[in-house]
Amino acid sequence: MNFGQSFRLAIKSLRTSKMRALLTMLGIIIGVAAVIIITSLGNGMKNYMNKQFDQLGANLIQVQVTGRGGGTMSSRSVDPADMYALVDKYPGYLSGVSPYVRTVGTVRHGSDEYTRTSTYGVSEFYYDASRNQAMSGEKLETGRFLTYIDVSRRQNVCVIGNYLAQEAFQGNALGKTLTIQGSPFTVVGVLSEKADSTAGSGDDVIFIPYENAMTLNGSGSVNFYLFNSTSKDTSASAKGIIENKLFKVFQDKDTYFVMSSAEMLDAMNSMLNTLMAILILIAAISLLVGGIGIMNIMLVSVTERTREIGVRKSLGAKRKDIRSQFIIEAGTTSAVGGVIGIVLGIIMANILTNVIAFVLKTGNDGFVAIPTLTGIAVSFGVSVGVGILFGYLPANKAARLNPIDALRYD
Amino acid sequence: MEHLIELRDVYKIYRMGEESVHALDGVSLAIDPGEFVAIVGSSGSGKSTAMNIIGCLDVPTSGTYHLGGIDVSTMEDDQQAEIRNKMLGFIFQQYNLIPKLTVQENVELPLLYAGVDAAQRHERALRALGRVGLAEKRKNLPSQLSGGQQQRVSIARALAGNPSVILADEPTGALDSRTGREVLTFLQQLNAEGDTVVLITHDNSIAVKAKRIIRLQDGKIIYDGNAHDPRAVVSAEEYQEILGEGEPT
Repeated sequence: MNFGQSFRLAIKSLRTSKMRALLTMLGIIIGVAAVIIITSLGNGMKNYMNKQFDQLGANLIQVQVTGRGGGTMSSRSVDPADMYALVDKYPGYLSGVSPYVRTVGTVRHGSDEYTRTSTYGVSEFYYDASRNQAMSGEKLETGRFLTYIDVSRRQNVCVIGNYLAQEAFQGNALGKTLTIQGSPFTVVGVLSEKADSTAGSGDDVIFIPYENAMTLNGSGSVNFYLFNSTSKDTSASAKGIIENKLFKVFQDKDTYFVMSSAEMLDAMNSMLNTLMAILILIAAISLLVGGIGIMNIMLVSVTERTREIGVRKSLGAKRKDIRSQFIIEAGTTSAVGGVIGIVLGIIMANILTNVIAFVLKTGNDGFVAIPTLTGIAVSFGVSVGVGILFGYLPANKAARLNPIDALRYD
Repeated sequence: MEHLIELRDVYKIYRMGEESVHALDGVSLAIDPGEFVAIVGSSGSGKSTAMNIIGCLDVPTSGTYHLGGIDVSTMEDDQQAEIRNKMLGFIFQQYNLIPKLTVQENVELPLLYAGVDAAQRHERALRALGRVGLAEKRKNLPSQLSGGQQQRVSIARALAGNPSVILADEPTGALDSRTGREVLTFLQQLNAEGDTVVLITHDNSIAVKAKRIIRLQDGKIIYDGNAHDPRAVVSAEEYQEILGEGEPT
């Protein structure tokens, strides 16, 4: 039957009874808006996380040795030389490794004390000069990073983060000295800003040669390493190589822990996807309720328009003509509701973006809830589908009306 | 010659619990092209049932009904719809225009269901509206017209599909006597132009505008003939009384 006329009739009846139309569509509007908001937030969260991981280094593999394996008397161990050898052996998978020794100790400059500053002992490989990027993502702003000479000779030099450079040295740190647990270290380089340059943040750091850090800690072995795989794609294989090596040494899977950023990202992404799927399912309940609302109002509409149905039948409308008229009407109603829901969802996603940015103080390049095109297309499709599905029963009722009874109906 | 409408021994029996009501009790009639026939009877006479069957809105319990040579007495819902669309034009007491559609859209409805394309629909609807003198009101909604005008729109709608039979069910029932007369004059004019008109009414003063009257009582035809015969306008008992002791023929 004529789609155009049914469509225009549906729009007309929506416009003539706005309140009723709004109430009819409310379930669909809320459901679709919820789906759009959830997908937008999920999408934004994923983008934000991916960005954070990229900053951190997506090729990063963390290795932690937690025991020795083979009983308490075991003397099995790995040292940095073993790790360097591993990188040399597999240049196709591993591009670098550095020990990563966390040090606890007060940092002083003059009379100022910096208690929240993190100090790490690393090797020269922690910084990749060709990419101008440290394994933890920072770039070098001025000066140089630690060199082979610094590390092998255990020189008391350090590279500091942006926060210290500003706070302790007013931006003029090169060549100056600070003390860590009483030992003096000369600043040879300053890293660029990575976080928000506050105390305890990613910018409140100091890097020193790892053996110096071990001395400060009084520890005899390195238990933490950072590897770089050659790319995101080789990350999984690189992880396998490292695990193989560690298993050969320790013969016990529980004595070490290897985790790649790519793997972690995948795990978090799939967790987020699951979470989103659950939330969307909950939102879909609202769509179901919306569909029932449409079915209800369509049943009322069929009763109200019994005489019209009789007239149309007397003029030659077949069952399918009447059926499609009411299905188109239901579909149009839910489609309009869907469009309103989509617009509402996008507006809400925008508002939420601003609220989250305000709360987290991340600024404009932080979290952004972006509606996905797929999300919009699917929720529009689903809302139309819901209308058609729930419109079918009333439409069929209308189609099966007896023309004589329908014509006589008041 | 083949009749346009031919009912042969038609019964319509409704079951009301234990009882069965014979709404039509063996009705046979034939109407030829170009006739103007009024089917008359008081309420309960079976005239509405007759109109439903002639209008292909209902099927007889037994007997046959041929419309334009086609046996329509055993048709399914959708087949009947097609026959109504092609062969019948309805005029109702309450006009039954669809309030949300414009005058022109209302007139186009039968053409829409016949699958006529848009350009032809417009043209034929305008021509039909022209015949009832309402072409300039085509953009109006039915509620903006007077009762008489609305009834003329419904006549235009009945004409638009170019039907073989125009079936008018109490077409003047909702109109004042002057507009009622206008509508009747219009039906006579249509008949003069060659259209077959079947008028269903309880009102003798209206029925006599037709050329031929078929009078129903208790589901049976008690008179079928010239509209000016006195028997056409009274019940069997009344006719007896008029004749006094005389014999009814």
